[in-house]
Amino acid sequence: MNLNSKIPAGPLADKWTKYKSTMPIVAPNNKRKLEIIVVGTGLAGAAAASSLGELGYAVKCFTFHDSPRRAHSIAAQGGINAAKNYANDGDSIYRLFYDTIKGGDYRAREANVHRLAECSVEIIDQCVAQGVPFAREYGGLLENRSFGGVQVSRTFYARGQTGQQLLIGAYQSLSRQIALGTVQMYNRHEMLDLVKVDGKARGIIARNLLTGELERHAAHAVVLATGGYGNVFYLSTNAMMCNVTAAWKSVKKGALMANPCFTQIHPTCIPVSGEYQSKLTLMSESLRNDGRVWVPKKKEDAQAIQQGKLKGVQIKEEDRDYFLERRYPAFGNLVPRDVASRAAKVECDKGHGVSPTGLAVFLDFSASMVRYGKIEANKKGLTDLTDTQIVALGEEAVSAKYGNLFEMYEKITGENPYKEPMKIYPAVHYTMGGVWVDYNLETNIPGLFALGECNFSDHGANRLGASALMQGLADGYFVIPYTIGTFLANEISTPKVKNDSPEFMAAEKATKDLIDKLLNIKGNHSVESFHRRLGKIMWEYCGMARNAEGLTKGRQMIRALRDEFYKDVYVPGNNDEYNPELEKALRVADFMELGELMMMDAFNRNESCGGHFREESVSEDGEAQRKDSEFAYVAAWEWDHTEPVLHKEPLVFENVELKTRSYK
Amino acid sequence: MKWLTTFFGSSIGKKLLMSLTGLFLILFLLIHLIGNLQLLKNDGGMSFNIYAKLMTTNPLIKFISYGNYFFILLHAFIGISLALYNRTAKGQKYAVAANNNTTWASKNMALLGTLILAFIFIHMGDFWLKMKLDQLPMVTYPGIEGEIKDLYFSVNETFKQPLFVGLYVIGMIILAFHLQHGFQSAFQTLGINHKKYTPIIKTIGLAYAILVPLGFAIIPIWHFLMK
Amino acid sequence: MSEDIKLNIKVWRQKNNKSAGGFETYPVNANEHMSFLEMLDVLNEDLVNQKKEPVAFEHDCREGICGTCSLVINGQPHGPNAGTTTCQLHMRHFKNGETIVVEPYRAKAFPVLKDLVVDRSAFDRIIQAGGYISVNAGQAPDGNAIPIGKNKAGKSFESAACIGCGACVAACPNGSAMLFTSAKVTHLGLLPQGEVEAERRTEAMVAQMDKEGFGMCSNIGACEAECPKEIKLDNIAFMNRSYFKAVFGGELE
Repeated sequence: MNLNSKIPAGPLADKWTKYKSTMPIVAPNNKRKLEIIVVGTGLAGAAAASSLGELGYAVKCFTFHDSPRRAHSIAAQGGINAAKNYANDGDSIYRLFYDTIKGGDYRAREANVHRLAECSVEIIDQCVAQGVPFAREYGGLLENRSFGGVQVSRTFYARGQTGQQLLIGAYQSLSRQIALGTVQMYNRHEMLDLVKVDGKARGIIARNLLTGELERHAAHAVVLATGGYGNVFYLSTNAMMCNVTAAWKSVKKGALMANPCFTQIHPTCIPVSGEYQSKLTLMSESLRNDGRVWVPKKKEDAQAIQQGKLKGVQIKEEDRDYFLERRYPAFGNLVPRDVASRAAKVECDKGHGVSPTGLAVFLDFSASMVRYGKIEANKKGLTDLTDTQIVALGEEAVSAKYGNLFEMYEKITGENPYKEPMKIYPAVHYTMGGVWVDYNLETNIPGLFALGECNFSDHGANRLGASALMQGLADGYFVIPYTIGTFLANEISTPKVKNDSPEFMAAEKATKDLIDKLLNIKGNHSVESFHRRLGKIMWEYCGMARNAEGLTKGRQMIRALRDEFYKDVYVPGNNDEYNPELEKALRVADFMELGELMMMDAFNRNESCGGHFREESVSEDGEAQRKDSEFAYVAAWEWDHTEPVLHKEPLVFENVELKTRSYK
Repeated sequence: MKWLTTFFGSSIGKKLLMSLTGLFLILFLLIHLIGNLQLLKNDGGMSFNIYAKLMTTNPLIKFISYGNYFFILLHAFIGISLALYNRTAKGQKYAVAANNNTTWASKNMALLGTLILAFIFIHMGDFWLKMKLDQLPMVTYPGIEGEIKDLYFSVNETFKQPLFVGLYVIGMIILAFHLQHGFQSAFQTLGINHKKYTPIIKTIGLAYAILVPLGFAIIPIWHFLMK
Repeated sequence: MSEDIKLNIKVWRQKNNKSAGGFETYPVNANEHMSFLEMLDVLNEDLVNQKKEPVAFEHDCREGICGTCSLVINGQPHGPNAGTTTCQLHMRHFKNGETIVVEPYRAKAFPVLKDLVVDRSAFDRIIQAGGYISVNAGQAPDGNAIPIGKNKAGKSFESAACIGCGACVAACPNGSAMLFTSAKVTHLGLLPQGEVEAERRTEAMVAQMDKEGFGMCSNIGACEAECPKEIKLDNIAFMNRSYFKAVFGGELE
């Protein structure tokens, strides 16, 4: 298969501008006649649906939630990057581009990433105009903070709820288009199959989640904005309903899945507390701006803490190992996520973990509280304060910055993070891999586009903090409205696509058959139990550290689990009603296939890069070792039940020099 | 004029009517109380009867009093219709009653209001009707031309009966609860909610809700004890 | 372990929006570190293992931000803790042996779909009526072109923090949606970008709110007391002002 990335010619900085002004476009009178299906209403989906609606296309938008506003983009906490250089600290589009390429460990396309950096600037303007209440300085101008993996302050934020505010902005724009009639909204509808007619994506099969009815929706093009697949690990920071089904069904219809093993393990999550948990909670990366990560130097101290005999605050300063500051003096606690996560795992594996399970490290604000306390005291002209008074002032300052996160931590753990250092541990958070797309964000199936976390394109092997929101909105507001024209300009004479062609009927029947099959197994184990088992296999063999032996074993285990699933799963209720268990069963079935592909991809990529760490590929000092000569390519997989096929898209770097990422 | 009917048909328009009529009635209560306090003067009812004559004969005051009756009825009518509408809008009630920081009065304004309306009817039957139907004895006062109706006599007679004293005191307690919510609520509806001023409004409202009904309640008690 | 607690969950079961519902009581062995929803997961897994139909309830992010979870727990939307959604409510706030009553939100405009699941699409229609700023992608001036005071932006944010969960309607004895609607009116109305079309927005949103069949506000304040994001009543006052201004100050169209 020829993987044409369709990257425009010319110098990196001019590619997008020139391409935008020369690409084919659709005239307004024709836009009205062209229908587009957008699946998903997160940042990418809502932004795409509203922008395409604004352009005059006839858009149908789908979400499995009860409202477009519930999409999981809403949970992003920290912020959104943009190369505005408002902080006057040397930021630029090129620097954001470079940081993202480097942060992604040189496994992303230069041209895509540069375009992302260009769009970042417009995103902030757009969001402000929509009424997103970003944090501001006293002078009324926008405020910035810094995030992991970079040395400038370019992150815009709205307290710890940036994702919420951006999504509400996109949701409002979408609502406006719904009111204007350019977008027809289908809530509580889940896409269960892609329909191809003459090789082009022409529609979807969607299940009405209230009635169970299968609906055939036809259009000239289909846009997937269905998010990531982190829930394949069962325990992740993703929302409960996040799933891969829409993307995976497209893969089964011939779309390629690129770099599926690239998953991001986020270092600052609240540790697992029990078997009953189905979801982990992230604490924003912004906490690492002021929090210091440490474990006890002495193993016996760690054991005492694990057994509840000692508390973190009782460990003396000299007995603490601030391992990120020790190992990475240049970036310290602000190293990228993959590096921080692995470092925490190393310490816990050595037995220095600090929770009852031994799987947690401390994130400590006591030093910051003293520092902020002194600053506050100076501001207020207070001298001769006691240490306690200074810390109290510092607590106020820390609370103003991170209050809601501290509150959340206390609600969940029952511990007061102002008095006791927080306990954190890495957890699955984001998937850099996804459906393969070219520069137009079009998959190898003509007319099928993939945006946001759903595609693979911009973050390489590791995503930097505050870049997911940037990508989702860039794709939705500023890329797809242009690039979809490259496909639709050739479709202006295609009449309204009919939804009763044999292809639609066949896809509907296949979906109906799958549902009946699942309902009729009537086995002995819940869907949840299978999902939990799948997650354990994934975490064990395809988690923070991977090796050939484990991956081979993991793949076999998943296949066995999948066979068991189709023999022994119990799905209560019927199809013709609101049935969350059935929804879950359909999703878990797809995760079980994806899980296998992830094992294969991880097995194939015998190098360590970004979030993908192969134990066979480490440098002498234990750091991840990339192998650019062998693996500087995108691994795009064609699914096949027996043996998926690998296609390679070589990554060409014309502007940046491939270096070993160093944060030391 | 469609905009105006649309406005008064809207939820906020109806709230505004409740607020404005309520505020008028709050003001009326104060004036009524000031007049009634004449009943506490130890002059055999002279000041009170002169005040009563003024209230019933002065054309301007008469005009205002008809407005007052209208506002009472309007306030009651909208209030009751809102309560009925809200009952259907809520639908099924919860099996367990909530325990949150809301006042009992705020949730029972329609009940309190209906009781107050009933009280007003009884109250007017006692005094206003007797005055209108010329069932009162006449008195003359030195320096005052002609005979005037001795409403004071009627008040005195009524408040000799413990039943009526009890009824009036209970009526005022109900009024106090109605005012406890109504006073500050009227300002909130007008859009007056401010970190600096709302606490002041709430304090004045509470004081008003206690002092005004208390002032009214003292009269029957005083008459009963002094008989 | 002392952390284990035994509970009885008295929960509303209703097949669909056409059938009548009623309470069923189930015993649950929970643990005080569980969230309320994790406790319900345990109950559901028990029910599935017994081949019974699990209790339908809505949930998604479990971080208190998506607004999907609901539930009226012992008479209070999102349970007894202030400023907390059901997914962030932990079982350490309940006593061993306690019977917990779990009901769906009640309001005519939020019909029950199944068990504890209600239809909150009326909220979407209120936003569609005008809860936005009319700006297309690509039209925006520079983000710093219009300075906005820190406090003003902060106040706007506090209103924008609404998660659209519907607890305000559920808590209101009148079933009124004034807090939800006013939070959006205030969020956008406070900002210079949103002020431009504030009058039209407020009129349209209030009209849609009334049309949906929500009850009328009588300033009880139960919404404010139960709001998991602590949206304040001054939003309603803001909306009232905005509405008066729109009606009495605006031109005839």
